[in-house]
Amino acid sequence: MATLKLEIVTPEAKIYSEDVDMVTLPGVEGEMGIFPMHVPLMTQLAAGEVSVRKDGQDFFLAVGEGFVEITGDQVSILTDMAIKAENIDEAKAEEARKRAETRLTEKLDDEEVANVNAALAHSLAQLKVKRRGR
Amino acid sequence: MPSTRDIRRRIKSVKNTAQITKAMQMVASSKMRKAQLAALAGRPYAKLMNRVLADVSHGAADFTHPLMEKRDSKKRCVLLVSSDKGLCGALNSNLTREAFKFDKDTTVFVCAGKKGAQFVARNKRNLAAEFTYKDAPLFAEARAISKFVQDLFLKGEVDSVEVLYTNFISTLVQKPDNLPLLPVGELKGVQAGLDGEETSVALEKSGVEFQFEPGADKVLGALLPHYLNFQVYQILLEAKASEQSSRMVAMKNATDNAKQLIKDLTLEYNKLRQANITKELLEITTAQMALG
Repeated sequence: MATLKLEIVTPEAKIYSEDVDMVTLPGVEGEMGIFPMHVPLMTQLAAGEVSVRKDGQDFFLAVGEGFVEITGDQVSILTDMAIKAENIDEAKAEEARKRAETRLTEKLDDEEVANVNAALAHSLAQLKVKRRGR
Repeated sequence: MPSTRDIRRRIKSVKNTAQITKAMQMVASSKMRKAQLAALAGRPYAKLMNRVLADVSHGAADFTHPLMEKRDSKKRCVLLVSSDKGLCGALNSNLTREAFKFDKDTTVFVCAGKKGAQFVARNKRNLAAEFTYKDAPLFAEARAISKFVQDLFLKGEVDSVEVLYTNFISTLVQKPDNLPLLPVGELKGVQAGLDGEETSVALEKSGVEFQFEPGADKVLGALLPHYLNFQVYQILLEAKASEQSSRMVAMKNATDNAKQLIKDLTLEYNKLRQANITKELLEITTAQMALG
């Protein structure tokens, strides 16, 4: 069976690079699942959860905003943040979420709101991945 | 004429100083390596971003974006990337010499690093914001800085943004450099890593025809801020590597000087000691002769 080569890179490191069977990722216009031989596509990535199927097993990563380039045999994800499920520190993410939410209730200017929202999206994505299947 | 005890004391103090500078030299060289590695770690990202940029800009031929808008440069913003700490040779004074050349009234400074902010405050220039970045710069720090200058530009408070930072050419050579950031001119590829080579590469379109979601111009519009963020991140890494290598060289010189000083002082000490012994011997023999 054909496989996809999945690459996830952030400015700080290459997080993931392996051959997989299927990738599900959060696009800005909705979730999409990608199998091998997908039509070449380029899209924006929303903060959320990427699920990867490899050898019949699923596993998950939390990602921030970014871009995805899909060719028939390759999926390349370009993002600010990418953390594997097992590396997520739930307590830390929860704390970050609370901090961001309390900040949002304060009076902020637009720029700060955007920053806090980005931080919130990051921690929510991490929490979602960590708490799945509970 | 100093006594032997004075000289001994001096030697001890110089030795202590040499120990400290030696330690700082070691620390700086390991930090420099770290910054270099971090810059190299951005390579896959840069490569992928270049590919996306190439394909997207091909898909949206006459694309315009507020960040690309050219205006008459009346007010400009200078992003001054300096170090937080001193003891790194001429690095910061070279930077501030360049910063002096900007017109006082029409330039707004945004500083990354304390030394730059101190310069701006001391010379009563306009300071819009001060950012800090760690020894190992994080992308989030670069994003905050980049976001701030983009906002200044988009709000029309400044008409152009330049970056003044120290370019890492090699371990021994760092040069203050001036890089235009905004408005975004022609889209060029970014290159990660500190080779001191040309930092931009030509964009080559891949042979594949892509579909875009939600549309090539939208994707390009969203990509542009990321492209700038990444550029700022690379600049921070480069400035950090420059700072550390400059500090390493300065501290190596200091250690060498201290060693030379110890050598000279030891020589002087021994001379004085011998002179004292000779004098005492003379005194003893003279006393004996006088008695005998």
